[in-house]
Amino acid sequence: METIQQYFVQFFGTQWGSMLFSLTTNIVFILAIAVPLLLGVAYLTFAERKIIAYMQIRVGPNRVTFFGIPWLRGWGQPIADAVKAIMKEIIIPTGANKFLFILAPVLTIMPALAAWAVIPFSPELVLADINAGLLYILAMTSMGIYGIIIAGWASNSKYAFLGAMRSAAQVVSYELAMGFALVCVLMMSQSLNIGDIVSGQQGSSFLNWYLIPLFPMFLVYLISGVAETNRAPFDVAEGESEIVAGFHVDYSGMAFTVFFLAEYANMILVAALTSIMFLGGWLPPIDIMPFTLIPGFVWLLLKIAFILFFFLWFRATFPRYRYDQIMRLGWKVFIPITLIWIVVLGLIMQLPESVRSVFPLNIWF
Amino acid sequence: MLDNYFSILLFLIIGFIVGAGCMIGGWLLAPNHPDSEKLSPYECGFEAFEDARMKFDVRYYLIAILFILFDLEIAFLFPWAVVLDEIGLFGFLAMMVFLGILVVGFIYEWKKGALEWD
Repeated sequence: METIQQYFVQFFGTQWGSMLFSLTTNIVFILAIAVPLLLGVAYLTFAERKIIAYMQIRVGPNRVTFFGIPWLRGWGQPIADAVKAIMKEIIIPTGANKFLFILAPVLTIMPALAAWAVIPFSPELVLADINAGLLYILAMTSMGIYGIIIAGWASNSKYAFLGAMRSAAQVVSYELAMGFALVCVLMMSQSLNIGDIVSGQQGSSFLNWYLIPLFPMFLVYLISGVAETNRAPFDVAEGESEIVAGFHVDYSGMAFTVFFLAEYANMILVAALTSIMFLGGWLPPIDIMPFTLIPGFVWLLLKIAFILFFFLWFRATFPRYRYDQIMRLGWKVFIPITLIWIVVLGLIMQLPESVRSVFPLNIWF
Repeated sequence: MLDNYFSILLFLIIGFIVGAGCMIGGWLLAPNHPDSEKLSPYECGFEAFEDARMKFDVRYYLIAILFILFDLEIAFLFPWAVVLDEIGLFGFLAMMVFLGILVVGFIYEWKKGALEWD
């Protein structure tokens, strides 16, 4: 690292050399996050089809081989899908606002990727260790709504417009429940820095994870995450039988695929956040010898995969909610529950340390 | 610290490039043979009945306004939650007064039926 920096300095001069060096290293780190993420998104679609298939007692995609390797049957499917998608015509409907129509998918995927800048994969492995990490994540997830609204409006199609309104209203409603659940996490961790939130859950075993004292908030967060990403059973916005495909009904080819990528990237992001806030991030479940040898990011990835499996499982299990039921769940169930939980948690924190330590709700404070 | 925000800016730019690159890739590789039927907005096979710039339910406005209020509430709760251990009982009670006022508003809108979708 040092020698490369010196080489840069020698080549470009002192001022430009160090600047270009930090630029290059940053870009390399960002690509090291973004490229595996996009591959993960591609293979999440494959995993979804496979897992749901096995849940429905069939095999799922198993024809497209991966470079002809026979025991990887089906693993070429995401690549084949990507090639197919990029070869398809992008239709821009008459009456659409061309600029916004093209911009909307880009606006959706940009925050979905950029939110990963602050996700810590292990104590040192974080691109941007900022103190306002959680606020940044909330800001990025809110940015995605612009893509939805702009896409629905710019298509100049009734279904797209109604789908966009529905999607946006649903996403903002569940963002409130998510935000309140995160306030509870903050009360426990006393820090907005995501690394500190994970470190706050450090202890001898998984009993220290915020999952245990904040279990209702974990459920609220997980379900809100499903609703926020417009996944089944909360996918009325794209209910095929009701309003065709929601805000992206007029998108085709690569423009549609970018929305699709963004949706799955958001899914992985929500799973990562759930793992970080409630499941101890990079921490092993029990802090003893064989588990501590495994590097932190492996634990984080395992937890993300676990939560993602839940997402797919929900989709295979539950029938779709009606829109009014979704809004009722968000506003009349989750927001009151989280508000009450904030008050209860605040009250517990007012108790003196000696009383707190025997209080059944949080013996681990 | 500012260095970290520079990485975030770079990540945003790269995210934009990924999205734009995909779109440009599609534009370069995909065929493009538009005709008027293909470019008409999708309405389940029928001709579009009327313009899509139409009236829509006022409840979406209500949800948006309520979202602004409650998001502001979260914005006030965040700093409070981070320093709750230091501000003690007084800080806790002050926030309870604030939450109480907002809960009165929440109950009002609930009873008024602003959260109903029927």
